[in-house]
Amino acid sequence: MISGYLRQDGRKGIRNVTVVAYLVECAHHVARRIVDKVDDPDVHLIGFPGCYPNAYAKRVMEAIATHPNVGGVVLVSLGCESFDRAALVETVRASGRPVELLVIQEVGGTAATIAGGLAAVARVRASAADATRAEMAPSELVIATICGGSDGTSGITANPAVGRAFDRLVAAGATCIFEETGELVGCETIMAGRAVTPELGDEIEACVKKAEAYYTVMGFGSFAPGNAEGGLTTQEEKSMGAYSKSGSSPISGILKPGDVPPTGGLYLLDVVPDGEPRFGFPNISDNAEIVELIACGAHLTLFTTGRGSVVGSAVSPVIKICANPETARRLAADMDIDAGRILEDRATLAEVGDEIYDRVIAVAAGTRSVSEELGHREFILTYKAFDPIGPACLPTRSRSMMA
Amino acid sequence: MTHASRLILLHEDDNVFVVVAPIEVGDMLTIGGGTVPAREGITVGHKVARRALAPGDRVIKYGAPIGSMTAHADAGDWIHMHNMKSDYIAAHSRSTSGGGA
Repeated sequence: MISGYLRQDGRKGIRNVTVVAYLVECAHHVARRIVDKVDDPDVHLIGFPGCYPNAYAKRVMEAIATHPNVGGVVLVSLGCESFDRAALVETVRASGRPVELLVIQEVGGTAATIAGGLAAVARVRASAADATRAEMAPSELVIATICGGSDGTSGITANPAVGRAFDRLVAAGATCIFEETGELVGCETIMAGRAVTPELGDEIEACVKKAEAYYTVMGFGSFAPGNAEGGLTTQEEKSMGAYSKSGSSPISGILKPGDVPPTGGLYLLDVVPDGEPRFGFPNISDNAEIVELIACGAHLTLFTTGRGSVVGSAVSPVIKICANPETARRLAADMDIDAGRILEDRATLAEVGDEIYDRVIAVAAGTRSVSEELGHREFILTYKAFDPIGPACLPTRSRSMMA
Repeated sequence: MTHASRLILLHEDDNVFVVVAPIEVGDMLTIGGGTVPAREGITVGHKVARRALAPGDRVIKYGAPIGSMTAHADAGDWIHMHNMKSDYIAAHSRSTSGGGA
């Protein structure tokens, strides 16, 4: 049984994390020192480095500060940056969570703010400890998937095994999210055929076209040197392998970072910015995508890797599924699940799919994932620009709004 | 998925196999009812031609096109960036100079 944390908005979390958030790079050191000194697996550092305002960053910070896995928030501001700290404080307070704000220029500098921050964290945690516990069904879970450090084994073992687990989760009424339209270039027609409405299918094709155009301007696809060393030759080859993580359920909608899925089902997260490319690569590394999945409400992320990524994440646990049996042996202490056994005839795709499902339930019920145990709490948020999703992107929400 | 050999076929329409156990130079590869010796070492996850391929041929894996040949390959040859390319976006390796188009 999963014992969740019931939040005021009705959503339930699987962790009760206190986040310490810096609102500009200039406050990063102070926030990090606070988190280091507290040294607790449930106190995590998050933040945004930029001094210029950005609606996307504000939306993602608000979504994460009010994520169901978060029980309380401490904000660390330098004082002169553009981030609208008052609005963030108000959003967190309105969500029913304890929140404290420290402004370094007002508190009196580094040492004073670290001391004040430690006291603030203690107060917030004491208050967050009173969170209501409630039984949580698998249908209430929001599970994300991402692949990183892919190789030629990813699309044969770990990715289709996650697809099997996703099919089981969606059948149980859960919400599943897959992402990175830039890694789906070449699969758009097949994917559009799985959309619950023809209009959604058109939106899926359009968002992959947008990704292709964006990456063409960047000069690189979503394809790293390690992908090629691992046997992948082209973007579309990597795409077909990545695509198999989505399983075979119908696609219920398209999200953008910060959109919370309205119902259970399978959703595609569009991570590529809208408009003329302005701020550089859509996601500079895997954790930037994990942060966006968490901003959509993901309780935990299934991370498949062939070359061997070691990352975890702040706020929501990461379960790592290793595709390559050689990597699984070399990085055994970093992996939750060895899907490479499929290549060596030691397990079937269905067995590994069931193992992933069981692991999701266990980690949701409180078991620490390997990356959590190792203290991985990566977080990265950078500049982006998005237009709101159109009405065709969430057919279920449109229907319920008309009803 | 069962496989006695070092090569697996993911989809019946594919014209490449995927290597599931390391191949060394001279290893005999079972392809299309016959055997051919491997011309070079090929590591796990890489692709091997199922039949002779000519420049311009679509490379098919997972039953879907994943790019086109840029050079001739015989059955049993390693298929990678030296003889095929994307039909969408150019891939890059560490030797590609950074940034920009």
